[in-house]
Amino acid sequence: MASHYEAPIRKPLVTGNKSYHDVTIDIVAPVEGTANKQWWIVFGIALSAFIWGLGCIIYTISTGIGTWGLNKTVGWAWDITNFVWWVGIGHAGTLISAVLLLFRQKWRMAINRSAEAMTIFSVIQAGLFPIIHMGRPWLAYWVLPIPNQFGSLWVNFNSPLLWDVFAISTYLSVSLVFWWTGLLPDFAMIRDRAVKPFQKRIYGLLSFGWSGRAKDWQRFEEVSLVLAGLATPLVLSVHTIVSFDFATSVIPGWHTTIFPPYFVAGAIFSGFAMVNTLLIIMRKVSNLENYITIQHIELMNIVIMITGSIVGVAYITELFIAWYSGVEYEQYAFLNRATGPYWWAYWSMMTCNVFSPQFMWFKRLRTSIMFSFIISIVVNIGMWFERFVIIVTSLHRDYLPSSWTMFSPTFVDIGIFIGTIGFFFVLFLLYARTFPVIAQAEVKSILKTSGDKFKKTHSDE
Amino acid sequence: MGNQKKYWKSDAELNPESDWVTNLQHKEFVEKLPEDAFLGDKETLESSATSRRDFLKYVGFSTAAASLAACEGPVYKSIPYVVQPEEIRPGVANYYATTIADGFDFASILIKTREGRPIKVENNTDAQHKGHANARVQASVLSMYDSLRLQGPTQAGMDVSWSTFTTNTKKELASMLQAGDEVVLLTQSFASPTTQKIISDFQAKYPNVRHVVYDAVSESAALNAFEKAYGRRALPTYDFAKAAVIVSVGADILGDWQGGGHESGYAKGRIPHKSHGKAVMSKHYQFESNMSLSGANADVRVPITPAAQAHVLAAIYEQLTGIEVSVQLEPKTQKAVNRAVAQLKVAGSKGIVVTGLQTEEAQRVALAINEFLLSKVIDTNVTTEIRQGDADAVNKVIEGLSKGSIKGIITAGINPAYTLPNAATFVEAVKKAKLSIAFSMKKDETALATQWVAATPHFLESWGDVSLSSRHFSLVQPTIKPLFDTKQFQDVLLSWLDSGNSYRDEIKLYWTNSILNGNSWNKALHDGFFTAMSDTSTIYSDNVLNAVEALKRSQHKGLALNLYTKTGIGDGQQANNPWLQEFPDPITRISWDNYLTVSKADAASLDLYNVNQSDGALDGSYVKIRNGKNSLIVPVLIQPGQAVGTVGLALGYGKTAAVKTEMQIGVNAYSLYHNFDLVQEVNLEPVSGNHEFACTQLHNTLMGRGDIVKETHLEIFNTKDVKYWNPVPVVSKNHIETPVTSPEVDMWEEFDRSIGHHFNLSIDLNACTGCGACVIACHAENNVPVVGKREIRKSRDMHWLRIDRYYSAEETFEQDLNTKDNISSLGESLSTFGEMEDPSSNPQVTFQPVMCQHCNHAPCETVCPVAATSHGRQGQNHMAYNRCVGTRYCANNCPYKVRRFNWFLYNQNDEFDYYMNNDLGRMVLNPDVVVRSRGVMEKCSLCIQKTQKTILDAKLKGREIQDGEFQTACSSACGNEALVFGDINDKESRVAELKENDRMYHLLESIGTKPNVMYQVKVRNNDIS
Repeated sequence: MASHYEAPIRKPLVTGNKSYHDVTIDIVAPVEGTANKQWWIVFGIALSAFIWGLGCIIYTISTGIGTWGLNKTVGWAWDITNFVWWVGIGHAGTLISAVLLLFRQKWRMAINRSAEAMTIFSVIQAGLFPIIHMGRPWLAYWVLPIPNQFGSLWVNFNSPLLWDVFAISTYLSVSLVFWWTGLLPDFAMIRDRAVKPFQKRIYGLLSFGWSGRAKDWQRFEEVSLVLAGLATPLVLSVHTIVSFDFATSVIPGWHTTIFPPYFVAGAIFSGFAMVNTLLIIMRKVSNLENYITIQHIELMNIVIMITGSIVGVAYITELFIAWYSGVEYEQYAFLNRATGPYWWAYWSMMTCNVFSPQFMWFKRLRTSIMFSFIISIVVNIGMWFERFVIIVTSLHRDYLPSSWTMFSPTFVDIGIFIGTIGFFFVLFLLYARTFPVIAQAEVKSILKTSGDKFKKTHSDE
Repeated sequence: MGNQKKYWKSDAELNPESDWVTNLQHKEFVEKLPEDAFLGDKETLESSATSRRDFLKYVGFSTAAASLAACEGPVYKSIPYVVQPEEIRPGVANYYATTIADGFDFASILIKTREGRPIKVENNTDAQHKGHANARVQASVLSMYDSLRLQGPTQAGMDVSWSTFTTNTKKELASMLQAGDEVVLLTQSFASPTTQKIISDFQAKYPNVRHVVYDAVSESAALNAFEKAYGRRALPTYDFAKAAVIVSVGADILGDWQGGGHESGYAKGRIPHKSHGKAVMSKHYQFESNMSLSGANADVRVPITPAAQAHVLAAIYEQLTGIEVSVQLEPKTQKAVNRAVAQLKVAGSKGIVVTGLQTEEAQRVALAINEFLLSKVIDTNVTTEIRQGDADAVNKVIEGLSKGSIKGIITAGINPAYTLPNAATFVEAVKKAKLSIAFSMKKDETALATQWVAATPHFLESWGDVSLSSRHFSLVQPTIKPLFDTKQFQDVLLSWLDSGNSYRDEIKLYWTNSILNGNSWNKALHDGFFTAMSDTSTIYSDNVLNAVEALKRSQHKGLALNLYTKTGIGDGQQANNPWLQEFPDPITRISWDNYLTVSKADAASLDLYNVNQSDGALDGSYVKIRNGKNSLIVPVLIQPGQAVGTVGLALGYGKTAAVKTEMQIGVNAYSLYHNFDLVQEVNLEPVSGNHEFACTQLHNTLMGRGDIVKETHLEIFNTKDVKYWNPVPVVSKNHIETPVTSPEVDMWEEFDRSIGHHFNLSIDLNACTGCGACVIACHAENNVPVVGKREIRKSRDMHWLRIDRYYSAEETFEQDLNTKDNISSLGESLSTFGEMEDPSSNPQVTFQPVMCQHCNHAPCETVCPVAATSHGRQGQNHMAYNRCVGTRYCANNCPYKVRRFNWFLYNQNDEFDYYMNNDLGRMVLNPDVVVRSRGVMEKCSLCIQKTQKTILDAKLKGREIQDGEFQTACSSACGNEALVFGDINDKESRVAELKENDRMYHLLESIGTKPNVMYQVKVRNNDIS
């Protein structure tokens, strides 16, 4: 996209007097360099967590869902909590790359690559759960509308779980294509710099033969726009559909029309928090402070604050509507959430999601890197609890008191969750060492308008 | 004949010396093979498409393919009939009428057999004398397929043949006869006329043999009292259907009191029925210590100690008969007694007073009261002998054995080494005896002590006869060839007598001569019963004034322990039956355990607790219960409704011999059952430790949710409009209150259900006593797996049909409703809902059977991604197990929480070593119902296999189906007629009528699920104070 004039009073998005070549060198450094000890330590931890989780998954599939803590009343707990949590985290990527692209928010350029990577990796984690939570996961393909010879068997289009299948798979594929399209010029850049033939060949393949001609750039921009247009509705649809799993049911606490917007806001909330978590570390480790500046973090903190408040309003609305409905089951469900045996989960959720983002009203706090990092972790814990509260506290005490019971996770429940975190970080760490973590081609396009070197010379004139 | 012709190939053969001929004889091929051209030419060889490697590959693959094709699945050998029996057709069930008479349970039943295997117990509806088959009788079919049964006779633990057994024991008996050594025949109550005759014959030949009857749980006091009053040692019969006022002083009339079987009559009187233009039902007062099934069903329940119960009985007698009342009762108790007496006076002959106190005095006073009332509920002319145990005689036998005055002991159908309080003394004495023989199905505690063990068959493999009452005779016939090398006790007696007859011959002879009175033996055998009309009238003669005085004097030191038998385990005979172990107790809803029930006040003073773990599972503390020298360490359950100063403990647990490890559960309370008195004085002492319970219902109260169990009072039921006491929930549509049942507020388009069958099930909350026969019937019919204590503890019970039991948090459910409705602020709601979780110390109780409600608008059906659960034309909500992928979404979205998930592979799995895990146990499986695999959802199907069978049978015969032909396992097991099943498109059917009944409501109607299961509002008849 063409560079526009940017007012001098606007803070530069690229600091450190960077030239085009500096950008190239900075971004290619982790790829061309070798991994240090810290990387190997973190990677080792992530890999062991992943293998542990894999072991738990194999145990579950070979022995039965009985290895989890579920029971006749609580049929979903950590499995679907983790599923919704990961899908939610996956929302930030598309929002940053697609919606902010359409709104021409240039600050997205420094973070969209990693945000999208995070999206894809977390959607992979999310996609695991609907499969392994099945009693017979080897028949998981039955949820796909595949013409078959089993008789006149077809999927049930009334089921929100089926909508999930479509929503998640569409989201994953569109995100992947969008991500890859953006990666093409950057892969080509690495290819062109590569000296080892093997590396050159690999990046050559990955860059799909990008040649850097004007036609390439023109098509690149066109495709980006089209994909952004396609992906934008997905930002809203995916979590709306996930929320339908609950909203279309008859269980008090699930049967709530507020769920679609509430879930979308919550998803963006948790997604931005996860982006913050990852990028605050990455900018330090990969020396990208000049690209991912305090300003970027501040802007993301503002999004977190706004979406956190939206979520807070949703929580309060739920309580109000429960009271206003006059339905005793509904009233009890929400009373039970806040004061029943799982009160600690509810108040963890409230503290983490509603109270903690309010600190971001203070500029000093939202521009503090350490504080932002802590809040980003807190928000993700809170969002995990939100899903746990919705799923478990609604189920464990529904209509007939005779069926009321409690849920307690087993080591397998916990192991699988930790395993997906491990898997996520394995993927992300590999990505950080082999992919251009910042969309350098795009950053270069704003260097002449928003780079501080250029801005300084401009203001000197 | 070989063909000698010789054929010439050419004329060259005429010359045998020719080279050409010899060449031909030695060479296989006439011409030289071009092998060099093929193998010698390297170039061709290399350019050929088939290289050596390829060749080896082909050989390898084809060998592998051939061997793979040779592989087969596991081969199960089955042997076809050489001669196909005429009456056994594969796929068609045969029913035989027989009778259970195991010394504790007595009932006329039908046995369903498939391909020659008995698989299910059904009620013999034509012969209903002792009510319906209870939960234990329903489960008894599984006890036959018990892998721990004795497979043949043994001597000193070594297997012997029957001929060795008979000749040797006969020799010993003969030598003892000569020496004049006393031999005791200690048996269960057989109530069998033919057995009685055989025993008499045996005693005639061996005058040194004495017959003593022993009941593990004795009714000696009642028998003695009846003998005193009416001159005959028997028990009267009761028909509670005739009662207008029932006053029970410690008698669990819906339990095993005096042999049980009273619930059908009771339930009949509890359904409000029109009389003189007004609905009437019986009124039930219960004075008791433990919370029993009877107490749970009573209108007025007064929890008091056994001593106070004795006082109550005395007070009732005195107040009724107009003697000056000299008993001091607590004001609350006195008030209830005053009301009960007033009601009894009004009811007159429709009143009945019964007692479960195990003293002769109490029993005599109860009989005297009923004589005074001229009660028609009790019938002293038609008596029953299903309990004959004589406590004094049994004590003398043990004494005699210990002293050595009794030299021989033969036991049959009993296990005194387990059921006696002084079992150790008994075992020692038996070991000293010159001759000891146990007739037993299992290598139980008694069989372990005796020299000889005669393996007896299960009743389903036996012949026999039972006199259920002096009027009602019943036959036992085998439904399968004995599985093992077993012989009946009576047959052995006959062979000792050198009789050529078998027991069956004897029965036929005796019946033809003495019972049938000219009627057909074949018909009696076919029906399974015979009703004789000869009654012997009894004359009352007793003076109970001294007994009343004795009652007034009764008091306790310390706590009063009330021993009782549980609905599931009973006297403990079937302790190795996993269905019964997993059956949740109707009151506590705990399975796999016995425990000490303690009142809340006593628990607080002793610092005893019950807590729920983080997964909801129930834990309790232990207590040491001391009775004289004996002590037991038992877990504690705080029981709402337990009288302060009393504790309760179930008999029948803690059995270890011939019981699988998983089922060696609980403590043996028989060790506290001294003097055959169910009430014992004990002291409690808390001990450390934490007990893990397996409880299927962790939340006890209804939380004021009045639309789950709808109830009203008889007064309101009679006077107010149905809209007042059974309103249909309404929803606002355009600001107009519209009933939720109206099509206007329906999201869905209604199917036309007027064609074909449309099945509905009605559940009458007034008639359901919570007995649980339906739970076991469903278990047996539908191959429901047993999952064991650990899984139950994790709230993973698999029962398709459960009976929810709720306690009120206030004194009544009505007050609960008021409390909830009167919550005025948020702060108040927090504390009030917390308080409502805690049951009252003497709560009202209600039972509600819940199974899949078969919603016409089922929430489960819309959410299944693979359409594994869908709606049938006949109203059932189907479950296609094979299609299920196990997302559990349906179970989550079920408002009734009736769906059950197979968390593990429950069948053929070492982890779940119950009946489905061994070949013998699997014989009980119903071949019409698939055994579910791991990872699929299952639930009630409204017994679709039964309804389909009925439809097909009628179709074959080209006739219409009569009302009552459609049955589910639960509806046919229910003798109380609480469960009525049928086709509502048949407008004449009972279920169609019940659907139109004013009392009809649907569970959680406001959700709009439109269930095909309906409930009838519970009408209470309690005192309005």
